[in-house]
Amino acid sequence: MSAGTIINRTTMRKKICYILLSSLFLSTAVFSQDSTLLNMLTDSMTNQGDKGIVTQTFKATQIINLPTVEAPKRNNMQFLIMHRFGKINDGAYEFFGLDNADIRLALDYGITDRFAIGIGRSSLDKTFDGSFKWKILQQSKRMPVTVSLYELITNTTLKYEDKPYLDAKLRTAYTSQLLIARKFSRNLSLQFSPAWTHYNLVPTPEDKNDVITLSMGGRMKITKRMSINAEYNYILPDQIVSTTAYNSLSLGLDIETGGHVFQLVFSNTQGMIGPWYLTKTSGTWGNGDIYFGFNISRSFNFNKEKEAKKW
Amino acid sequence: MKKILFVMLVAIGFSQFAHAQIYITRTGYIGFFSKTPMEDIKAENSQVYAVIDVAKKNIAFAALLKGFLFRKQLMQEHFNENYVESDKYPKATFSGTFKSNEDVTQNGVHNVDVSGKISLHGVENPVTTTATLEMKDGKLTGKAHLLMVPGDYNIQIPSLVREKIEKEIKVEILIECSATK
Repeated sequence: MSAGTIINRTTMRKKICYILLSSLFLSTAVFSQDSTLLNMLTDSMTNQGDKGIVTQTFKATQIINLPTVEAPKRNNMQFLIMHRFGKINDGAYEFFGLDNADIRLALDYGITDRFAIGIGRSSLDKTFDGSFKWKILQQSKRMPVTVSLYELITNTTLKYEDKPYLDAKLRTAYTSQLLIARKFSRNLSLQFSPAWTHYNLVPTPEDKNDVITLSMGGRMKITKRMSINAEYNYILPDQIVSTTAYNSLSLGLDIETGGHVFQLVFSNTQGMIGPWYLTKTSGTWGNGDIYFGFNISRSFNFNKEKEAKKW
Repeated sequence: MKKILFVMLVAIGFSQFAHAQIYITRTGYIGFFSKTPMEDIKAENSQVYAVIDVAKKNIAFAALLKGFLFRKQLMQEHFNENYVESDKYPKATFSGTFKSNEDVTQNGVHNVDVSGKISLHGVENPVTTTATLEMKDGKLTGKAHLLMVPGDYNIQIPSLVREKIEKEIKVEILIECSATK
């Protein structure tokens, strides 16, 4: 071992010491920067704070006719006007359908954040309806879908001179729908909904009293406050025999402004509640049996002002 | 040499330890208010994380935007969905420093000047404000008011509701921090 290497070693040691010391000071310097405090906060926040509950899967309580998983929250009431003009292929004499109209007025009220009730009245067959919507599952970090149950009872009150036997029971039908929806991204939400419609009275013995249908629908946001919607309602075969019922396809455009949602609608079905748009669609897109219309909703809030934090 | 190094290390360690006067809370409060003839908007978040380092005079906040509760549920959803886009930008944060002529570790109310950066909706802006820090029995309470302009944070307000939202939003901050052990 030569003297040179020894000297080298001592200088090496000194160097290491300096590096160690300076790195220590540097580390303290880094630590004193305020971003470290913030990182400390955001780290612990990421670990616990956010449950990732998914809201606003859809803007409105219906895609077009098909109810969505959304409903008014607790102490909120929604007034909904659903309006369909006549068929576009009625021609110029009927002003392409605009001379005729069908309307449904409805009120929905949130009893809790997950349970809402509603009533409605449609001009088609002078039908009253009552409903509830119950959110069973809520999409979040742990839950892939939101699931709601929608139950609707309808009663037609249109008078028939030739059918005096039609009592309230025979005029009543029920629709149960399981609404399964997922918000895939901030823009895309899809919903799948099997439905079971029960009629107390059907036209012939060959027609089923219980009709099973499958619905698919979704929305794609094109701006923050507008989306394009579509829904398709499929009737499983061999259930409705005596009349021709087509599957209904509807397209729409949502525009949201504050407490309003405005929906422009094109559909081959005229009815706006379960038994009608699911099982009584008489027109097809191919023939030009297209109904133009709109839905407008307005929400009202009845929550009391909470007392401001005192300080 | 080793000894010197050891002593220095210990000294540095102690000095850090002695200065580690960090006060923290997870239940801080931030509220914001907008009042126009058409609409009163009020939202409150009582799960704000805040930390104050008294020795280094540093201060930091973090709040989940989904934690802001509105009286109107729909308004809350629109706030998250259309305005702050909390799915993309879940947090609002502040980090900065404070200045004071007084010793804030002493009991009493101290006026301080706070400056730093607010980060919200993917935009970072410098901000300065006056605040008070009150030390009482080992608890440090901070209070401040701010005015924030949504446009500064690239939050656009559609013309249809512009009448309903104030140009400058009042923000109130209240944190009650306890010392870390």
